[in-house]
Amino acid sequence: MSARRRRLVWLGVAPFFLYAVAFLLYPSASLVVGAFQSEEGEYTLRFVRRLITPGALDAYWMSIKLSFVTAVLGGLMGLLMAYAAVSPGMPRPIRTALTTFSGVAANFAGVPLAFAFIATIGFTGIVTQFLKDSAGLDLYEAGFSLYSFAGLVLVYMYFQIPLMILVITPALDGLRSEWREAALNLGASPSQYWRHVALPVLFPSLLGAVVLLFGSAFGAYATAYALTSGQLPLVPVLIGQVKIGNVLSDPHYGDALALGMVVILVVSMGSYALLQRKAARWQR
Amino acid sequence: MAAVSRRTSRWGILWIVLGSAYFLVPLAATAQFSLRTGRDEYGFGAYSEIVQDPLFRQSLAFSFKLALYTIVIALVLLVPTAYWVHLKLPRLRPVVEFLTVLPFVVPPIVLVVGLLRGFRWTPTWFYGGYLLLVAGYVVLAFPYIYRSLDAGLRAIDIHTLTEAAQSLGASWPTVLLRVIVPNLKSSLLSAAFLTLAIVMGEFTMGLLMQFTTFAVHIQYVGETQATGAAALSIISFAITWVAMLGILLVGRRIGGRQVQIGGTR
Repeated sequence: MSARRRRLVWLGVAPFFLYAVAFLLYPSASLVVGAFQSEEGEYTLRFVRRLITPGALDAYWMSIKLSFVTAVLGGLMGLLMAYAAVSPGMPRPIRTALTTFSGVAANFAGVPLAFAFIATIGFTGIVTQFLKDSAGLDLYEAGFSLYSFAGLVLVYMYFQIPLMILVITPALDGLRSEWREAALNLGASPSQYWRHVALPVLFPSLLGAVVLLFGSAFGAYATAYALTSGQLPLVPVLIGQVKIGNVLSDPHYGDALALGMVVILVVSMGSYALLQRKAARWQR
Repeated sequence: MAAVSRRTSRWGILWIVLGSAYFLVPLAATAQFSLRTGRDEYGFGAYSEIVQDPLFRQSLAFSFKLALYTIVIALVLLVPTAYWVHLKLPRLRPVVEFLTVLPFVVPPIVLVVGLLRGFRWTPTWFYGGYLLLVAGYVVLAFPYIYRSLDAGLRAIDIHTLTEAAQSLGASWPTVLLRVIVPNLKSSLLSAAFLTLAIVMGEFTMGLLMQFTTFAVHIQYVGETQATGAAALSIISFAITWVAMLGILLVGRRIGGRQVQIGGTR
């Protein structure tokens, strides 16, 4: 490679790296700096210290709880549906339909999703009224609310399950039917096959997928914003409040809250990357 | 064996049916709700009201414009990068992969806070303009576009194509634009459709930068008008569907592997 050509090659990749530095790394770095700065530009630990006050801790705890519950539940249900779809008895069109729909549903998050659920099972929603009129069951009198923790879990599952289906289907395809046949021929029961062969092989992919789901719920802002209007303390909603709220405006506290989110996501996604490397061995 | 697989398949069908109910009932209910004009009265009132609202067309056109800019910038940045990494700079691959999955660790709410903090010193036309929003959307699109390009480049023999074109006297821009890009058509198109779907539904960054994107408009309507918001949600869902069907069609025509995944909103 001549020197001129080598320059050309670097010229081809330079724009991407410059862009990534300017609009991904630099903003992340200024967020970290901003979290340790006061409005006047002096360095202070005031905002980071506020992360361990009850208000912030409650929000982190609620966000972690919501993300964990929807990741585990959504992961389980997505796994069951994906497994049903790839099992040999299932007609091929069902599988295609399921993955296509999952692609749509995983991207149908945010504000429209929130309003879809308000129209369905909100206070005057279609299903709410149907249950009231036909079965005499008043969901909201029975203690259910779309605007509560349980309501958010119900809505988040709408993007968590399809995400799980998209992520786990390749791993399920990697389970060879020979392994199952070999296990059964050697006298294993189907549950023994699952416990001793399939689950150990799938385990890194499963855990990795659940971590990815955790991250997707943890960072979700639009759905929570449209549904709870700040009643349920979640970190992204709190960041929105201190960043754009006129009354609550407190931008450097917003930086600190965002920094806390990144730390939690780095820890969870870092373990995901490690697990993915381990899982790749079995998917060849 | 036959009995076992028939039983699994019956279980499977039950799961698929239950799952489909969970996914289809809200859509059907939203469609019905959007048509409600009074108790037990139905009509297209909400839709005509929405479409006549000038903000509807403005926000939709605005989001579409943002999506086009995002797609063009992201492709211009990533096509040469992905190509060179495959052809000549494999040792850069981990770095590029790391940078393109980083947006998973930095969700939109965090990225927008960082952008607002980092670019505060810039002139108002940039800080308060939509280019900063596009800059953020390009970063959000990185993972999807890079994965799609990476899969496309793996599927074709770029070494042979490049050498053949060069031995016939093609310059580097010609190789890239007239040999590589046409061969990547399906992955370029599916990357573009996925980015379109993401940007058309993006709310977080638009709201925090105080722009009325389509999703922000839906939120504003929803604060006062429940049926209008339901109608807009149906329209938004239709846009996502069209984009995903686009991916499916280009993927099937060329026989490429589908690469897509959901995003955080």
